[in-house]
Amino acid sequence: MHSSDHSAHHPALAHHFQDLDQQKDATWLAMWVFLATEIMFFGGLFLAYVIYRSSYPDAFAIASNALNVNMGLGNTFVLIISSFTMAMSVYSAQMGQIGRLVVFLILTLILGSTFLGVKYFEYKDKFESHLVPGRHFDFAHHHDPKTGELLEGAHSESANKATEAHSSGHSEKAKREIQIFFSLYFAMTGLHAFHMIIGAGLLTWLIVLALKGRFSREYNSPVELVGLYWHFVDIVWIFLFPLLYLIGRHHHG
Amino acid sequence: MSDDHSKHHIVQPSTYAAILGALLVFTVLTYYVAFIDLGVLSNFVAMGIAVTKGALVVLFFMHIFYSTRLLWVVVVGSFGWLALMLILTLGDYVTRHWDIQQRIFF
Repeated sequence: MHSSDHSAHHPALAHHFQDLDQQKDATWLAMWVFLATEIMFFGGLFLAYVIYRSSYPDAFAIASNALNVNMGLGNTFVLIISSFTMAMSVYSAQMGQIGRLVVFLILTLILGSTFLGVKYFEYKDKFESHLVPGRHFDFAHHHDPKTGELLEGAHSESANKATEAHSSGHSEKAKREIQIFFSLYFAMTGLHAFHMIIGAGLLTWLIVLALKGRFSREYNSPVELVGLYWHFVDIVWIFLFPLLYLIGRHHHG
Repeated sequence: MSDDHSKHHIVQPSTYAAILGALLVFTVLTYYVAFIDLGVLSNFVAMGIAVTKGALVVLFFMHIFYSTRLLWVVVVGSFGWLALMLILTLGDYVTRHWDIQQRIFF
C-alpha cells in the first residue's frame, strides 16, 4: 500500500497492521483493556475495605496506628521516584537513546527492589509482633512504633472498648475487628507487592532486550506497555498509603 | 500530535520532572494533614489528594492527556465501572438496616 513509507518494512511491524502507528494504537488500547480488569481486581478489595472500615471505624483507626508510617511514607517516595525513572525510560526509548534507556530501566528496577525490601522488613515486624490474623494474633500489648506507648491506652473511647477486652467478653469482638483490618492490610499490600514482583521481572526482561538492541526510535512498545503497568501499580499504592497507614494518625495529635 | 516520524506525542522530561515534583509535594501534604483532626473532612481531604495524584499519573506519566479519543473512552470507562461497583454496593449498604453498624461516611 504505502511502498514509500519507511515504517511499512520495519522488521517489528506485524503483517496485520498497516503501519507502526496503527500497531502502537492497538497495543495501547489492549494494555488499557487489561488495566481495566486490574482496576476491578483491586477495586473489589477497596470495596471490602470501605465497607468494613465504615462498620468498624474505631478498630480500624487503632489498628492503622500499629503500622510503621515512616516506612510507608518512605516507600511512597521510592515508588513515585521509580514512576519518574520509568517515564524517563519510555522517553529514552522513544528518542532511540538505548544507553540511557538501560540506565533508567536499571534505576527503576533498583527502586522497585528497594520498595520490596522495605516491605519485607514491615511484614517481618508484623509477624514478630503477632499482628498476622490467626490463632497467634495478639493486639493486647502492642506498642506504638513511634511513641512507644500502649496503643490502646492512647485512645479514650475506643481504648476502653479494647482494654475492657481483657476482662469482659467485648475483647473478642475488638480483637476480631482489628484482625479484619490486618486481613485487608495483608491482602491489599500483598497483591500490590505481587504486582511489584511481576513488574521487576518485566523490567529485567526489558533490560535484556534493550542490551540485545531490540528497541529503537520506531519500535519500543514493550517499554511503553511495561511503563503503563508500572504506573498503574504506583497509582494503587497512592491510594493504599493514606487508607492503610494514615487513617488513625490524628488521634495522637 | 504532528511529528515528522509519528503522530504520537513524546512527553518531554521537563513535564515528567514537574509531575514528579507535584507528586512529592502532595505526598508530604497528605502525610502532615493526616495528623490534624479535621473530623469528617479528613477522609475527603486524603482521598481528594490521592485522586489528584492518581489523575496526574494517568494523564502525564501514562500519556492519556495526549492520547486518542478512543483511549480516553476506555480509560474513563475503566474508572467509571469501578465507580459503578462502589456506588451501587455502598448504596445498598447505607439504605438497609442489617446488624452491621451503619456508619458510612462517619
